[in-house]
Amino acid sequence: MNKPFQFILLFFFLLFLQVSVLNNIHFLGYVNPYLYISFVFFYPLKENRFPFLLASFILGLSVDFFSDSGGIHAFSILTIAFIRLFFIKIYFRKTSTDYPFFNLHSESFGKVFNYVTTLTVIHHFILFSFANFSFQNISHVLLNTLYSSIFTLILFFLGTYIFTKNQ
Amino acid sequence: MQQLFYFFQKFKYFLFFLMLQFIAMTLTFNNLNFHKSKFVNSANSITGGIYYKISNFSEYMSLKSENEILAKENTRLKNLIEKNNSVVLEKDSLFTKTTYQQKYTYTNAKIIKNDYTTAFNFLLLNKGKNQGIEKEMAVINSKGIIGITENSSDKYTRVQSILNKNSRINARIKNNTFYYGTLKWDGKDYNTIQLHDIPRQAPLKIGDTIETGGKSTIFPEGILIGTISKVNHGNSAENKVDIKLFNDMSNLGYVYIIKNLYKKEIQSLENIEDE
Repeated sequence: MNKPFQFILLFFFLLFLQVSVLNNIHFLGYVNPYLYISFVFFYPLKENRFPFLLASFILGLSVDFFSDSGGIHAFSILTIAFIRLFFIKIYFRKTSTDYPFFNLHSESFGKVFNYVTTLTVIHHFILFSFANFSFQNISHVLLNTLYSSIFTLILFFLGTYIFTKNQ
Repeated sequence: MQQLFYFFQKFKYFLFFLMLQFIAMTLTFNNLNFHKSKFVNSANSITGGIYYKISNFSEYMSLKSENEILAKENTRLKNLIEKNNSVVLEKDSLFTKTTYQQKYTYTNAKIIKNDYTTAFNFLLLNKGKNQGIEKEMAVINSKGIIGITENSSDKYTRVQSILNKNSRINARIKNNTFYYGTLKWDGKDYNTIQLHDIPRQAPLKIGDTIETGGKSTIFPEGILIGTISKVNHGNSAENKVDIKLFNDMSNLGYVYIIKNLYKKEIQSLENIEDE
């Protein structure tokens, strides 16, 4: 299948899944998953990072347009898109020569779990801090981060499990 | 010069990242400002159109409760007409000219996107400039207040919900028109809102009804808000009272937009005083 086309499709699929379904879940009154960040996990590693950073920014900004939140989604997804490389070096011990062969499915589950969890928690923490925009209710921010991260991670691993089985 | 090029070459991704972060930060700050939130909002034709489709699709879920609310409101309005008629019959002379001097017009609209979980919540309505909706109009439904219109495109309008930390609305106790306070939200519970700066001597009891005060050009007097659920008897600087809303903000359907016909006149008068 045509690779760039596949990622354009993934972009719009994640965007509409997020704004039409996941933003309206409100589990227990306020917990929502933010599954659109799996774009950052699925996008392949490349030497030229400009298209990836720009695509992540635009995805975040599109979610912002739908949820009337200024630029908080754009800010937080761009942060994890930028620091992704750092955590790949730490958890998977990859150098720039390994980038074309790197695939999340071929790595062991423990490493992938650490990698995805770290980025998800960072993203959610930045997102909720900005959404709250004050130092009051800090416990609210931390609880939201915890619950939403668990929700997002469950959906992410279930989703990848189902889709890799079919192939 | 060589050094400078080398610097840009080495940190090009980081600089690009910083530039995009700066844009995102600017948009975030602008979004919190009532008068500057022009660019990123859902009241454009693309997002508005998509939300309109989604809301058309999911509307059937809430038809039953929506019908009940409409029936209740109809009953209330019919009772009101009956009451007014009897007053007119008894005291004919009271029928003054002011009754006919219309001050507000009402437009109905449907909420197609509702938020109540973040600290800065916004709603989206399916009417816009084409239907005469402008900035700073009141949005209510039969149970009470909902918010203030903030930004409108041709077909859609964004509303700053009362569940927004920037929202400030003048309010008072029903049947006691002397004491006023300001209605704010602390961002915690979507059923509870806070009334600030109400004078200490005001008689506050749990269960008292709070309504809008009519001291602004946006909200008419006497629109219901909620009942007092908690009174703080401490000596804090801002006399804060918790209010339980009549409206269930998580389940909103059809609303009314109120336009003040004398708003321009009042504002022009206020501007003259400033100069």
